Amino acid sequence: MSSQNPVQEVVSQPYKYGFITDIETEKIDKGINEDVIRLISSKKEEPKFLLEFRLRAYRQWLKMKEPDWAKFGYKSIDYQDIIYYAAPKKDQKKASLDEVDPKLLETFDKLGIPLSEQKRLSNVAVDAVFDSVSIATTYKEKLAESGVIFCSIGEAVNEYPDLVEKYLGTVVPSNDNFFAALNSAVFSDGSFVFIPKDVQCPMELSSYFRINSGDIGQFERTLIIAEERSSVSYLEGCTAPMFDTNTLHAAVVELVALDDSSIKYSTVQNWYSGNEEGIGGIYNFVTKRGHCRGDRSKISWSQVETGSAITWKYPSCVLQGQDSVGEFYSVALTNNLQKADTGTKMLHVGPRTRSTIVSKGISAGNSTNSYRGLVQMGPKAKGARNYSQCDSMLIGDQAAANTYPYIRSQQTEANIEHEASTCRISEDQLFYLQSRGVGQEEAVSMMVSGFCRDVFNQLPMEFAAEADKLLALKLEGSVG
Amino acid sequence: MISKDTKLILDISDLHASVEDQPILQGVNLRVHSGEIHALMGRNGCGKSTLAKILAGHPSYKVTSGQVLFCGQDLLAMEPEERARLGVFLGFQYPIEIPGVSNLEFLRVATNARRQCRGEEELDLFDFEDFVIDRLKIVQMDPAFLERSVNEGFSGGEKKRNEILQMALLEPIVSILDETDSGLDIDALRVVASGVKQLANPDNATLLITHYQRLLNEITPHFVHVMAAGRILRTGGPELALKLEQAGYDWLDDPSLDQEGE
Repeated sequence: MSSQNPVQEVVSQPYKYGFITDIETEKIDKGINEDVIRLISSKKEEPKFLLEFRLRAYRQWLKMKEPDWAKFGYKSIDYQDIIYYAAPKKDQKKASLDEVDPKLLETFDKLGIPLSEQKRLSNVAVDAVFDSVSIATTYKEKLAESGVIFCSIGEAVNEYPDLVEKYLGTVVPSNDNFFAALNSAVFSDGSFVFIPKDVQCPMELSSYFRINSGDIGQFERTLIIAEERSSVSYLEGCTAPMFDTNTLHAAVVELVALDDSSIKYSTVQNWYSGNEEGIGGIYNFVTKRGHCRGDRSKISWSQVETGSAITWKYPSCVLQGQDSVGEFYSVALTNNLQKADTGTKMLHVGPRTRSTIVSKGISAGNSTNSYRGLVQMGPKAKGARNYSQCDSMLIGDQAAANTYPYIRSQQTEANIEHEASTCRISEDQLFYLQSRGVGQEEAVSMMVSGFCRDVFNQLPMEFAAEADKLLALKLEGSVG
Repeated sequence: MISKDTKLILDISDLHASVEDQPILQGVNLRVHSGEIHALMGRNGCGKSTLAKILAGHPSYKVTSGQVLFCGQDLLAMEPEERARLGVFLGFQYPIEIPGVSNLEFLRVATNARRQCRGEEELDLFDFEDFVIDRLKIVQMDPAFLERSVNEGFSGGEKKRNEILQMALLEPIVSILDETDSGLDIDALRVVASGVKQLANPDNATLLITHYQRLLNEITPHFVHVMAAGRILRTGGPELALKLEQAGYDWLDDPSLDQEGE
């Protein structure tokens, strides 16, 4: 017969990406100061403007305070106890995949991201980032044929310094917030995407971030630029081994959309979330922002957040161009002692700008899952519209769900709608499905994916099924 | 009606069960063979619905002693989903709403779980749709209900039709219908009753739990059992239900009438 709390059981699944790759790594000493920043910059052979960008950010960071308004209550982070740069020792100047350490290829294979020619995902170009460096980018040549630049940001800095200098830090200024400043000072690698005018990117672009070392921080930086009338769809995935210490991940993502362009940015985040007692796991402090700079441009964020001990993340849109469109579709699942504080900011600057927010939070175990969002209508946002829908699903009776919507309007001719709901997977629902022959785990995942359907529909096709599976997995033995 | 080919489907012996330490069933004995329709009657709180839920494996009820064999297998040792796959069906008194889960998809998953267990091929989307459209006729249900979330916003009658539709798809060996007639108007009752009758055959069995004669006017049971205080007090033919209808349950409390109908 069934045990005490079937729902809880279905939700608690072991983390299957928790392995460590045994590879020789070059690490710099722990701690942060101007010399460390100079060292990182010189290791990456960066131009002067970037070193100055880093130093400026560092000096600003020193004056800033770690935000505590999300009330996570974690033990404060010792920033001198973190390694800010780690890279697999083998030659980092990879000319081709053949030169990449087979162990790394194997690692990504195991993660389900085959990089080798034969096994690659068709129609998806992948940039694989391991600790602080990008180890491979697939389909680069094919993309280059249509003028698309897709490479690590490290490479972009050297090969396209003008583009980087023109756009870096223009969406998320280096003093934007504590974690963004830290990232700007020490960022290691990440992806760079440039879609020239009138080009529809011929394939999905994807970055896969893997933290391998236990004591490093990962500070990736991603910059995507879509020129006039271009479009691109980009997906990032993340995993990390299981360590009983907390690892810091502070990323910055900047998107720039010019006239009539469109950027779709999807995330499947599955960093290690710590064990059942809340030991270990990634602290995920991320600043993601898109700038609809051009008229009729569109930026769409979709995210499936299942991992990390702490998630602090608000992918936002600055809707400056007239008639520009911002979207945010989110599923955040927390279990055990995970805490997620996530949402979005839609800043309506231009007239007739439109934004849609659909957020689905699922909390199981003793976790806390909060939606925090801001919708702001500026004085020029005449005829702007927003629609927000925030739904929470509770699994078990120990989990918490919060919704903090902030709405500010300085424009009388703007329209803002907000809907919210909370539901719980009840034992009766579970029993009903079971009494029709549906297994417990499948029953929970059916209910969860039903709950998340609006968001999954927004993910690139190749990944929607993946996300569905990921949630089912997280909920196995507990909720979905 | 009991031919020599009948099989013992359900064999309940001396079943005791409690919920939150409150004893509800106090020694239920019941045998159901293939081809039979049984009606289980009794006052509110006598344990009828508890018995139904225990047979389906509801986690809130605890069996304290006794056993239930389903086609010779120990039913109580199985998870609810295993029971369903093997052919035990519970029609809910209050069917549960499951927002976000498409009724069609739910019906397909359930049907395939049962088919797989019977060694039949799973039905793909198209074959299943043909199958379900055919079965809808049994309950005269509008196909539009397939596109909605499971039971969400269904009226009482629609929910009950959806239950019988599930029964039609799953082709159970034993169907336990827990007050399927309650809350139905007379037309809906006829539809539901006709569905149940169409689905009854010599290889399966039906256990109707009801308060009212009106369902038994539509479906004539082979046996009528009356429960009181957690056990089956009397068993008889359809006339027992008529007697109850006339005399009320108080009649059960009168020991002087004890010899009648035996």
